[in-house]
Amino acid sequence: MALDTDTVRRIARLARIHVDDAELAPLADELNNILGWIEQLDEVDTDGVAPMTSVVEMVQRLRADEMNDGDRQEDVLANAPDPADAFFTVPKVVE
Amino acid sequence: MGELTDLTIAQAGDGLDKGDFSARELTDAYVTAMEGARGLNVYTAETPDRARAMADASDARRGKGAAVGALDGIPLAIKDLFCTEGVLSTAGSYILDGFTPRYESTVTQNLWDAGAVMLGKVNMDEFAMGSANITSHYGPTINPWKAKTGDAAGKDLVPGGSSGGSASAVAARIAAGATGTDTGGSIRQPGAFCGIVGMKPTYGRCSRWGVIAFASSLDQAGPLARTVEDSALMLSAMASFDPKDSTSVDMPVPDFAAALTGDIRGLRVGVPAEYRMEGTPPEIEVLWQQGIDWLRDAGAEIVDISLPHTKYALPAYYIVAPAEASSNLARYDGVRYGLRVEGEDLTDTYERTRAEGFGAEVQRRVMIGTYVLSAGYYDAYYLKAQRVRTRIADDFRAAWDGCDVILTPTTPSAAFAIGEKMDDPIAMYLNDIFTVPASMAGLPAISVPAGLSAEGLPLGLHLIAPAFGEETLFRAAGVLEAAAAFDARP
Repeated sequence: MALDTDTVRRIARLARIHVDDAELAPLADELNNILGWIEQLDEVDTDGVAPMTSVVEMVQRLRADEMNDGDRQEDVLANAPDPADAFFTVPKVVE
Repeated sequence: MGELTDLTIAQAGDGLDKGDFSARELTDAYVTAMEGARGLNVYTAETPDRARAMADASDARRGKGAAVGALDGIPLAIKDLFCTEGVLSTAGSYILDGFTPRYESTVTQNLWDAGAVMLGKVNMDEFAMGSANITSHYGPTINPWKAKTGDAAGKDLVPGGSSGGSASAVAARIAAGATGTDTGGSIRQPGAFCGIVGMKPTYGRCSRWGVIAFASSLDQAGPLARTVEDSALMLSAMASFDPKDSTSVDMPVPDFAAALTGDIRGLRVGVPAEYRMEGTPPEIEVLWQQGIDWLRDAGAEIVDISLPHTKYALPAYYIVAPAEASSNLARYDGVRYGLRVEGEDLTDTYERTRAEGFGAEVQRRVMIGTYVLSAGYYDAYYLKAQRVRTRIADDFRAAWDGCDVILTPTTPSAAFAIGEKMDDPIAMYLNDIFTVPASMAGLPAISVPAGLSAEGLPLGLHLIAPAFGEETLFRAAGVLEAAAAFDARP
């Protein structure tokens, strides 16, 4: 399943990473190199084997459905790159 | 008495208890050493003022006879993956440029509650993705060891990774111990490369809360220290049940140092055939055999075992870990914290922020992860890898019927020069070939410095134990350490 440059462009878009057109082909080569190496997993017989969902056997804990945090607006905004009053900001999305 | 910075944590604790020196004097010695070793590029944030204040508080507690434990007054380095309140925490990434948390990770809070002193934050591979500490935004950390002969003689060597700053700090005597995190070998491999002990606990032993996430089903915090005993002392303080981490395990935390009885008579040590891999240098095989002999001479029973899916652990890891990383790293969007690069519109802002903020290796893994989770490929890659992971865990489960711990080499080589393996991601990934299987199964494991390579560089031996078998692990590691009597210094 070798990736072509169109697929790499689509993956980069899904990953929200800007990739210049000139970089697509070398990046496809790099990713194909890794994916080709990973394909050795096809040798492993996994018929009837359940995929791992929890690395250590444990029972999912439940907690009371109660508010236990909040009222930390200043802390939440403290590291925002461009906050305005009590808000995060983004570029305009509606014309 | 020699330099204060040469003392182990246990020795320093004794000296503090006896009043031979104060925590302030110990901390001052480390601050001086830290400032004198900036050429190694270990610390990404030095906190000498906080360290001195914490040391003074420790002295005050001791003066009142109220020292809170073995770590009271001990100066530590903290991997930059741990969020520390009011102190820059970046995971070695430009995308977290300037990020100063308003909260403290559970593991570091546990250490401060135990009286430990923070010297600062230390360098690492970006988002813990790497095996050489060369992917950090802050540049490579340098291993204090130098090769005496061979191609790498005289060159700056990598400390391993991703906890490269932590390992380098402890080996260079600019921290008494350090926190690390291990996702596929990121504590044990740098421990081996720097000639110190690196220990990864069972998944769930240490809280992940406040640890910047890489691959959530694999990430686990642990100690890097100069001795097995120091590692045990640190882990007893770091581990806890934490309701804020849903995978934290609600079990009592033992006094791990008490497990170091030195007696392994009758312990069954498994030696897995599949770890004898083609291309492993003879000196690694020789050291492994030496380790087997040491444990047998100490009364252990050596058992040949088989872990048939060993060779598939690494490729499966390179699906699971990038998949989880692509999800975890989706939060870095240039809106809520860290770097922001303005684009033409919102999507362009996301894309340019992430293109500039993430380094090449992180981008590569996020894209691999995005691909293997994308519609149409999820079953072929991600589910397949998780099935292989079950196979790997089953291999270990079967092995525990016949043995109590497993002995292997830690790494397939000693430390290499900065710049090597940089253009071949798979060659770099192979550093973790012996450490990844235990990670995939969530098992505790430890690297103990055991000998020197032909070039005069440290090599480690690696022990793996069943889940929550840390006490057995420490006990066996203590015997290995005593037999190896590794006393070489960088």
